[in-house]
Amino acid sequence: MDPKIETQKLSLFYRKFQALKSVNIKIREHNITSIIGPSGCGKSTLLRSFDRMTDLTPGVRIEGNTFLDGKSIFDPQVDVVELRKKVGMVFQHPNPFPKTIAENVAFGPKMLGMQNKMNMEETIEKSLRAAALWEEVKDDLDKSGLALSGGQQQRLCIARALAIEPEVILMDEPCSSLDPISTLKIEELMQELKEKYTIVIVTHNMQQAARVSDWCAFMLLGELVEYGATHNVFSRPTDKRTEDYITGRFG
Amino acid sequence: MAKVNPKTTQTIARTLIWGAGAVTALILVAIVIYILARGLPFINWEFLTTVPRGGLSGEGGISSTIVTTLYLIGLTIAILVIPGVGTAIYLTQYARDNWPTNAIRYAINTLAGVPSIVFGLFGFALFVTVLSFNFSILSGALTLVCLLLPTLISTSEEAIRAVPPYQKEAGLALGATKWQTILHVILPAALPGIVTGIILCIGRAIGETACLYVTMGGSAAMPTSLLSGGRTMALHVFYLATDTSAFDKAMATAAILVIVVIIINSLTNWIARRFQLRLMGRS
Repeated sequence: MDPKIETQKLSLFYRKFQALKSVNIKIREHNITSIIGPSGCGKSTLLRSFDRMTDLTPGVRIEGNTFLDGKSIFDPQVDVVELRKKVGMVFQHPNPFPKTIAENVAFGPKMLGMQNKMNMEETIEKSLRAAALWEEVKDDLDKSGLALSGGQQQRLCIARALAIEPEVILMDEPCSSLDPISTLKIEELMQELKEKYTIVIVTHNMQQAARVSDWCAFMLLGELVEYGATHNVFSRPTDKRTEDYITGRFG
Repeated sequence: MAKVNPKTTQTIARTLIWGAGAVTALILVAIVIYILARGLPFINWEFLTTVPRGGLSGEGGISSTIVTTLYLIGLTIAILVIPGVGTAIYLTQYARDNWPTNAIRYAINTLAGVPSIVFGLFGFALFVTVLSFNFSILSGALTLVCLLLPTLISTSEEAIRAVPPYQKEAGLALGATKWQTILHVILPAALPGIVTGIILCIGRAIGETACLYVTMGGSAAMPTSLLSGGRTMALHVFYLATDTSAFDKAMATAAILVIVVIIINSLTNWIARRFQLRLMGRS
């Protein structure tokens, strides 16, 4: 099967600092891929490069290439809006807009001019259901998204990302500010979502990577050290550095 | 020196800080009460609805000065908001962090400290003379715009910078363009701060005298258009206090001035709240 996302010798520089060193990785479709590694290893940078959120940082320079469905995402002809429509993102801290729940979900489709008002309600319900939030908020769609609990806010952000019908969902430590029960809900949700979407998750939590992901990448100092099936990476790491990290000897 | 118990210093600090706040509030309340107490007894319908007739005893009312003030403020804000907020958006969202940008910012901060009469002379030279708007509300408003732009730009810039960067990222990550993100995410969140800036500008505009004296003339007649000259309430207070013996009327005008400021500020806040709801998608 062709990879959904593939990087070829991808290097990324913040001015003189090299955050990614010639990374080659293939992300498989309808799978959950986790990226682990100590702080500053470049895992968030790699994730954010997949929908070119790295463009926002001044002084970023990229070498090598990244392909989505075989097409370069760094090609000058690529419309970044189109790319981000296909590749959604959920951030570390739940960041709903200070708008109502319904408006939060409707934001993306509205901005992209995707729908008329008639099926907007449908989209809102569908997205909230897919994010396992519908039952909890169906009577409060006009309440502010900020009135929800942290875990609900994060699922609202997932619903908001799903509303534009992406193909890939990037998650940047989505549970790091959530309690264990909310974390569990998000993890269960990820298992449902991978039927329809390709998921890449960056996490600090190795148990989480082991629990939720099919494939696992270990990064260190901007380098992709090891990449393979999650159970192999955790039970039979081939690189000494991976072993040291997952057994807690550093990081 | 003996060591002072931290609890004692804590009590002293709290008393001093509380005292400072209380003194400020007291001064403010005292001024407002004094002006209202001295001024309100002389306010009646006739005072509000007749034009100043001049003379050493300050005959007549203040109707034309109220109208002139409202025209002037309305026109000033209408011209001011788009370049002011627009520049702030440019500086925060589009300008690169390089020396020309820093030079612009330096110029803005410098202009903010220039005395208003300097702007008045500039306005007189450019708007009154070269562009032949003569002594008019328009000349006064354009001069005020020059005077107030730095203030509005700085306050709007602060307000926009205070919007958390993750809000902007959320907008962009959902496929919104940069402009959509600015319009639908950043501006609504920054609006309360921008409105505070506008209210500050209104306050300053209402209080200006010198730079308006040289651009609007000071005619006490009722303005018939934005090209009429005129006299604002603050200018009128100045006239009454210095050229006439009608100190009571000066106080009465000052009282109306205070009331107008309160009304305009509440109104601006109310409009902004409505506007914010609309930008956020609720109507």
